[in-house]
Amino acid sequence: MRFHRYRREYLLFSLVGIAILIITASFGPAYALRMLAEAACYAILALGLTMQFGYAGLFNAGVMGFVAIGGFTAMLVSFPVNDTFWGSESAAALGKFLLEALVIVLVVIGLTQVHRIGIRGKLKGACILIGLLIAFFLLNNQLLPVAKLIESEAGFIGGLGMPVLLGWIGGGLAAAFIAYWIGKACLGLRADYLAIATLGIAEIIKAILKNADWLTRGTLTVSPLSWPVPTPNDIGFVAARSAYLALTAILVAIIFVLLQRAYRAPWGRLMRTIRDNEISAAAMGKDINFRRLQVFVVGSGIIGFGGAALISFARIFDPSSFTPLKHTFLVWVMVLVGGAGNNMGAIFGAVAVYIIWLMGEPITLFLFESVREVGSLWFDWEAPDDLMTRALQARVFFIGLTITLVLRFVPNGLIPERIEKVT
Amino acid sequence: MNELIFFVNKVLISGTIIGCIYALGAIGVTLVFGILRFANFSHADLMTVGAYLSFIFAAMMPGIGPAVGLPSGFVVLPISIICLAVFAIGIDHLFYRPLRARNVRPIMLLIASIGVTLMLHGVIRLFAGTSSRSFFQDEKKEVFRIDVPIETATRDIVISEPQVLLISASIVCIFALHQFLTRTRLGKAMRAMSDNADLALVSGINTDIVVRATWIIAGALAAIAGTLLALDVVLKPDLSFNILLPIFAAAIVGGVGRPYGAIAGGLLVGFSETLAIFNWSILVRPVAQYLPEWIEIPTRLAVVPTEYKIVVPFVILLAVLIWRPTGIFRGQVL
Repeated sequence: MRFHRYRREYLLFSLVGIAILIITASFGPAYALRMLAEAACYAILALGLTMQFGYAGLFNAGVMGFVAIGGFTAMLVSFPVNDTFWGSESAAALGKFLLEALVIVLVVIGLTQVHRIGIRGKLKGACILIGLLIAFFLLNNQLLPVAKLIESEAGFIGGLGMPVLLGWIGGGLAAAFIAYWIGKACLGLRADYLAIATLGIAEIIKAILKNADWLTRGTLTVSPLSWPVPTPNDIGFVAARSAYLALTAILVAIIFVLLQRAYRAPWGRLMRTIRDNEISAAAMGKDINFRRLQVFVVGSGIIGFGGAALISFARIFDPSSFTPLKHTFLVWVMVLVGGAGNNMGAIFGAVAVYIIWLMGEPITLFLFESVREVGSLWFDWEAPDDLMTRALQARVFFIGLTITLVLRFVPNGLIPERIEKVT
Repeated sequence: MNELIFFVNKVLISGTIIGCIYALGAIGVTLVFGILRFANFSHADLMTVGAYLSFIFAAMMPGIGPAVGLPSGFVVLPISIICLAVFAIGIDHLFYRPLRARNVRPIMLLIASIGVTLMLHGVIRLFAGTSSRSFFQDEKKEVFRIDVPIETATRDIVISEPQVLLISASIVCIFALHQFLTRTRLGKAMRAMSDNADLALVSGINTDIVVRATWIIAGALAAIAGTLLALDVVLKPDLSFNILLPIFAAAIVGGVGRPYGAIAGGLLVGFSETLAIFNWSILVRPVAQYLPEWIEIPTRLAVVPTEYKIVVPFVILLAVLIWRPTGIFRGQVL
């Protein structure tokens, strides 16, 4: 009876298993382990996103930003301490700047309380706005010389040299913190506004990480990032990647169990009510905006955590490597293909789509090589030199096509959300 | 005086140019948002497709530009407008209409539009490569230098031919759109549907025709904006994906479903951007001698460094969402 009920899951997961076996046999275990470890990190991202979209119907178009923040925090916490920086004058300059920033922030917070001294309404809004502008201007101009000093004296500020798992948790917290402010501004409105705002914040985070050389070394990239398990240099590729995969798989399992419990709990029912019928939820006296904010913040935190794991695995922090395609829309495809609102579906989608994404590269190259051959043999067609880079760029077409096809033909995903009837 | 001319060149002209582009894009976005009720993420890539269409037509008909005395890319614009309008309707039929027929949540349409964006992205890169191209390989880009009849001014006000065309085309478009929306039956029907879709439906407005008209206008404006942007700067695959956020900001600042608001919003966002990255120390320098000595003027005195330009539309967007979600022109809040 039970087998019958979960037949679809068994079938789909066995297909993925067979694909993994074939890849292991043809590309070797080191490659397969790398793929699986990355897929596990993507599974964490997909779980966070399925929580936001599947539980609450929130569209987060800025997954990339939260991934980047997670990766950056992991780098900052775990990278070895840069002694040149701490020994030079620039450390003191940075400390001074941080103190000034603290004062300015306190003043701005004070401005938000001006209604206590009788300034209300539009005047208060104007006060805050002008205060924010001046604060931004001041901070910006204070930071520039400090940043220049750090860059000339020490390169960049380095890390804090703490355990990397702490960095992953920090990454989750940082992402949740940013999500809180975005959510506060947009969640009272329809999901479209949240989509636009998250798209913007992702680009801004990327711009800052890319240009703040004193903080991230910008385009010079930071490497090697540390792993919570022994690295390939110590115990070889296969063993190290197995260990990493084991760790991320355990993390996926923990997050999965927690999310599953939350989904079944009254809290999960409440979230689905808000998603499916906002008015009736409001009529029952539920604070819709607060609940949405809650799920958005927690989901972004999970995404930040997963992003930290994903970036750490690559062992290099390169702000220019964050692309909306790989870090936002790929995750979206995973969630949509797997089935939004279903945690099992998110994990399945992450592994299956990531395999297809990786395998898509050699397949695309092979296909286009054949097209070039046929074209030149039969039609005297001279292919452009950059055909291969174009072919790889064109993978974005298939991601888009998958999204539209899934929406049209399998809107609930391959493993649809199961609504359990409580009797 | 030279500093003032520098200001005119860098702020007044650039701000107007980029503001016009944002305004043209935002009108399309705001119409789709108001009538079809979803934020159309694929609008920016529609603009890029329009620019590439013009490029292809211009390459197919060399010499058409010099014959008229205008850039070829501009002369073939009517053809690409028609093509892109048809293309936009085609996309609607293939991807959005089936979803609308199923009466899905509006967020699904938004996701579909992201799918369309990625597909357009891929198609452009596959057929045109990733390198940038110029409309002015065989033609000369004319630049007008206006001499300022003041003695202390040695520099000229500089404006290029595509920029003049862009500004005049925007004015023509806005005027035509205004006439269409206020004078014709279809235009009024569109406004009615944007204000209240249910009421429009019961009063017998043919929604199919209104939807089609919306896509025609959105496609036409996208073709104009995309081509003129590519004429002004350069034609590249990510020509307009980067201006998606400012366009949305402009549409929301103006009020969703309010074309005039979109124009105001576009100019507002465009000018804020140029003013924010403008180096004010150039303007302050001439008066520096009158200032007390303890004030030191830094060499760069901009509100935002150029690399962080994208922060400006985002801040405007957030400010509007927090304080006045209806936008300055009292649009809808969906």
